[in-house]
This record gives sequence, C-alpha cells and structure tokens, in this order.
Amino acid sequence: MTDTDVLASAASPLARYRAHLLRGELAYQVDEDGRPVFYPRVAAPAGRRGALSWRVSAGLGTVHATTVIAPKGEPVYNVALIDMDEGFRLMSRVESMPPQQVAIGLRVRMRVQMRVQAGDGDDGPVPVFDPLDANGGAAR
Amino acid sequence: MSTGLTRGAAAIVGVAESDLGEVAEGLSVVDLMAQGVHRALADCGLTLADVDGVFAAAGQSRMPSTALCEYLGLQPRVQDCTMMGGSSFMTHVAHAQAAIEAGLCEVAVIAYGSTQRSAGRRQVAPREFNPYETPFRPLTPASAYALAASRHMHQYGTTREQLAEVAVAARQWALLNPAAWEKTPLTVAEVLASRMVSHPLTVRDCCLVTDGGGALVMTSAARARHLRRPPVQVLGVGECISHQAISSMPDLTVTGAVQSGAQAYAMAGLGPQDIDVVQVYDAFTLTTLLFLEDLGFCAKGEGGAFVAGGAIAPGGRLPVNTSGGGLSYGHPGMFGIFVLIEAVRQLRGECGARQVSGCETAIAHGNGGVLSSQSTVVLGTAATV
Repeated sequence: MTDTDVLASAASPLARYRAHLLRGELAYQVDEDGRPVFYPRVAAPAGRRGALSWRVSAGLGTVHATTVIAPKGEPVYNVALIDMDEGFRLMSRVESMPPQQVAIGLRVRMRVQMRVQAGDGDDGPVPVFDPLDANGGAAR
Repeated sequence: MSTGLTRGAAAIVGVAESDLGEVAEGLSVVDLMAQGVHRALADCGLTLADVDGVFAAAGQSRMPSTALCEYLGLQPRVQDCTMMGGSSFMTHVAHAQAAIEAGLCEVAVIAYGSTQRSAGRRQVAPREFNPYETPFRPLTPASAYALAASRHMHQYGTTREQLAEVAVAARQWALLNPAAWEKTPLTVAEVLASRMVSHPLTVRDCCLVTDGGGALVMTSAARARHLRRPPVQVLGVGECISHQAISSMPDLTVTGAVQSGAQAYAMAGLGPQDIDVVQVYDAFTLTTLLFLEDLGFCAKGEGGAFVAGGAIAPGGRLPVNTSGGGLSYGHPGMFGIFVLIEAVRQLRGECGARQVSGCETAIAHGNGGVLSSQSTVVLGTAATV
C-alpha cells in the first residue's frame, strides 16, 4: 500500500499519521467544531463533538516544556513538549541547537525525520523541531 | 462528587512490610505479597481463615490476585487487581470499603510485592511502546516529571534548591526510621551536585530502586473494635485519572490530586488544616511539592517556598513523609502501599523516634504513572469517628 492509498483508506490512525509524515506533513484531527485532537484516534474523546477529520499543521509551534536527558556515557539530548499553533501538544525534540539552550517559549518549526535511532523498537518517521530563526527563535 | 461510601464504616486493622531493600535471591513477587499478608494478619490477630477479600497489584505480575490466592490457598468471595500504578492501593482501600459496606466480604487483604532491584529493573519493567512518545527516548518515568518540573520552575520560579529541600527532608526522616534504605545524611549541595538524570532532576531528586512489598488488612468498623491493634478508620477516599502519557496531561503543574483530595476531604468532613501528618507519594522531589499544593497545604505555585528551611523535615511546621518516603526509605516501584502503612503506624503511635505527637488524622496520597492517576485516603483514629 502506498502512502496515498493509506490516506484514502480506513487505515489505522497511526498509519494515516505516518503516511502524512512520509509526505513531510504533521497531521492532527479536529472534531465537528474544529477543535483539535492529538494523538490521532479512531473516535473523539468525551467533551468533543461528532466525527474526527484530519488536518495538516502549518508546522509552527512553541516549546511548552523541556528537559535534557543525560544517559550514562552517552551524549545528552533534548526531549520537549511542543504546543502547535493549531492548539494541540505533542512530544518531540528540538535539534540544531545545544539541548541545554532549548527554553520554554522558544518558537520552533517542524521537520520530518524519516528514521529514528535504531533500538527504539520502531523505525517510523517522526516530527522533530528546529528553532524558527537562525538566532534561536524569539521567546514569546 | 460523592463517593457513595460511609465515613468510618471500615478500618485498616493490620499493616506490615515484607522483606525490603534487596531481598534474598529467588524470592518472588508473590513470596513478598504472601509474606506481607501473613505479617499483617499477625499484626491484627486474624488468620487466613478470616480472609474473604483479596486485593493486589504488582508491576511484575499480570494476575496478582490469582497468584496470591493460589499461594495462600484462598478462594475469596471478592478479589480485585485494579492497576493504575503506584496509587492502586489507595483505590484498593476504597474498593475494599465498598465491598465491606455492601456485605460482599468482611476481611480484606491488600497486597504488593516487587523484586525490581534484585531482578534488575530493565528485566522486570518492560515499557509499553507509545508511537507518539517512545521514539523521542524520554527516560520514563523521570523525564515526564522533569518536563512537569520545567513548567513549575518557569511559571512559579521554583528552584532546584527548593526541590532539593524535599530530598533532604526525606533523608532526615529516614535517618529516624530503622527500616529505611538510606543511612547517611544528605545536604542540598549534595543533591544539586549529584548525577543529572533528566534536567532539572538529579539522581537524588529521584526515588530509590529497591525490592519490597507489604500488605494491609481491612474490616468493618464493628469488627475492627475487637482486634489486637487500635483501628485506623477510613474517613474519606477519592480518585482522579487525568491522562496516561505526559504529553496528554491537561496542565503540567496541576495534578488530579485537586479532585481526589477534594473528594476525600468532603467524605471525611475535614480539610488540610485538620490533618496532623501528611504522607504523599514522593516518586520525585517535584511530586511532594505538587501534592502539598494540590491537597491544599499551600497555594498553587508556593510549594517551593513552603518546603524551604526544613519546613517538612523533622521539627518543621508540617510532618511530611515521615518514613523517609520513596526518596530515602525505599521504592520498589509502586510506593502507595507504604504511604498507607506509614500513615496507619503514625495514627497508632508506633513510630518511635519519628512519631508525630498527638496524631489523630492523616492523609495518604498515591500517585500512579506519570502524574496520571491520583488516589487519596483520609484516615483517623477511633476518636475521629
């Protein structure tokens, strides 16, 4: 099945999400009132109305929370929660800058990384983020 | 909002730990659960023949009530292995009270066991794969709490020094508890200088990794009056599940303890100002701050200032986690049962050097997952009913 077939089919929410990522897109869902839902689901959670439909994010967001992980004997790396401008939140990481300098409020832009590191039990594409401007982005 | 349960209708009458720390090679999860049950029954003077309700949870056992019933030779009228992480045992207390009140059982045991230290943590705790989080390699669960800490520091100016005060207070209590794993003093400077795990949390901001288990015995208030120990009455219970994964937590600085605490206080007819001793699940230094705020001991955002200057250490203004907690007493993975055991012992006046004087009421708060499930129990002596 090609990614286009997946987008047109009754594939799983995860398969559709990944098919969008393969096209360089960060997809999310909205309910009938246009309110965002993330992670993708087969049906809307309580408090949301009607069927879920898919949207593609403009890819811009703000760092909501951040940590630097220091595994024994390995380089440090960033893990962050990103608030997308469309109103949903996801876990990701900010790259292209020192992990310790990733700050809450930093404006970031999504880029799809096609393979994550081996050993994670999965090699699917994932959304990662870079600072929005060359100076590291403006804090909100 | 109402729990549908009756204040003071059931009591915790027996408590015990199993072997703790690093247990003998080959001891299993069910060995430790059974050891806890036998000791807790001996504590109150009941026997296995009296038990008709079995409640159990364990991270290493898929069917812990079944395993425990086989081991003990029990065919109880009621069993329950509700699993919501480290807060499971507070919810078992609520479910056991419901069963006792409804006449489904009369004597319930609640049990836990873990061999995560001796068996090796990675071996015993396979993580569920979450395709929206796992690829980013968060150090679960520490990184989730670190993300929440980053928000608390950003929004409220909480400092790493204030977080470290929680670890230091826990250590000071642990030094008064012969059963505690940690035996040497700890300073704020040492916490700050320890190995960073997931910024801003160092290894000393994180709970221990030990083996251990324990059990509680519950029965009706009527039967509780005729047993070996002073009964500890269940005055209030409450629970709240707000999310599972940290990326789905509605507000990283506010936990479901707001709701679980409010339910438990309402049922108990008490508020934070009425509580003599506070036991909250300290998986990380941050969680103590969050629960002091969310259970009403200080305002939101003021937890850091509240714990500063030894305020929750021995001799401070509020006794918190008097066993030494998950940070310094021990942490086999699901600490909730030990939170309850310590609250009961304080109310029975059995805590020796760490005993809080005039202790009539206690709050025992459990946390599960990554701030995901919150369950609160308010307890009191017979005089409070």
